Amino acid sequence: MKVCITSQGRDLSAQLDPRFGRAAAFIIVDTDGGDFQVVDNKQNLQAAQGAGIQAAQTVAGTGVKVVITGHCGPKAYRTLAAAGVKIYSGASGTVAEALEAFKAGKLSDTGGPDVEGHW
Amino acid sequence: MRIAVASGKGGTGKTTVAAAMAQALGECTFLDLDVEAPNAYIFIKPEILGRETARIMTPEVDESKCIACAECSRVCRFNAIAALGTVVVVFPELCHGCGACEMICEPGAISAGFREIGVMEWGKAGGIDFYNARLRVSEPMSPPLIRALKEKPESWKETVILDCPPGTTCPMLEAVRGSDFCVLVTEPTPFGLHDLEMAADALAELGIPSGVVVNRAGLGDARVHEFCRERGLEVMLEIPNDRRIAELYASGSGLLESVPEMADSMKKLVRKISGRRAA
Repeated sequence: MKVCITSQGRDLSAQLDPRFGRAAAFIIVDTDGGDFQVVDNKQNLQAAQGAGIQAAQTVAGTGVKVVITGHCGPKAYRTLAAAGVKIYSGASGTVAEALEAFKAGKLSDTGGPDVEGHW
Repeated sequence: MRIAVASGKGGTGKTTVAAAMAQALGECTFLDLDVEAPNAYIFIKPEILGRETARIMTPEVDESKCIACAECSRVCRFNAIAALGTVVVVFPELCHGCGACEMICEPGAISAGFREIGVMEWGKAGGIDFYNARLRVSEPMSPPLIRALKEKPESWKETVILDCPPGTTCPMLEAVRGSDFCVLVTEPTPFGLHDLEMAADALAELGIPSGVVVNRAGLGDARVHEFCRERGLEVMLEIPNDRRIAELYASGSGLLESVPEMADSMKKLVRKISGRRAA
């Protein structure tokens, strides 16, 4: 299964980015093989509005089933949910640590946005 | 001749000046474009003759026709529409109503829905044709309503006075656009000067000639006058810092009611503007 982890850097040792819409990058990991790819989110860092919506669309386009992040706002959540992507928020540490926590069942499906927009 | 009255800083006396100009002329078309806080009606006291809800286009999507090209999402500069395969999510609160998504949708899956943005009203006060609009509470964008109100009059008097919103952002730019001249009302204080500079820069960029009315003259310092001299901005009128004007204003009286002799100054101001235009 492909999962997306919001990241401040470009590999598994980078710190998880607690923001979803304005995360520096998305690391897409295949939990079966362990391979990963990096998807840039630079174009969204300066977006005047709707960064979460655009980011959600980018992430959904990679075919991931799960997003692991710190926090997810209402518009990003609505967009991801429409694409059938589940959101596991409240993660922290490095990307690798967040992935391990997810695999160990320590993170749970948020079931809704956990912050207001523009937090 | 379309004369915009703007300021940069809020509360400098835009509406006071615009309403007094209109009343001194007696004959004009008056638009209160400060749709977030319309208050010119208090001074002009028009009889309201009509009312209309203003709407903007927001997309409605028929997903059965969607071919998952995602062009709608790519064309939207406001990120108001997300295309996830053939699932299309619209965020009306981010939509500016430009209609680009509807235009670009090859299979015609997007049609025009509407969102109410406010209410427009019009009426008469003697020879003044009066128009104003009130933004719907919680509606975040005022420019579409300002645009709609500017397109509302079916006939125009020779002189048109536009009472513009404060600031130098989209609402102010939308309001002053297309004007022949802009009167910048300021006060001789550091705040007045700071925002006057921004407003003068914005108008220069738009290519709209402008002049300055200094309200509450005698207050503060000389820096507004120095700035005007340096920038070649004519100080066209000064309104004294008079407690009497403020007291009557607070009870809903316009400038000409508190200082009737100001009517001549206002007429002279309009003559100066039309002279500047002819020159």
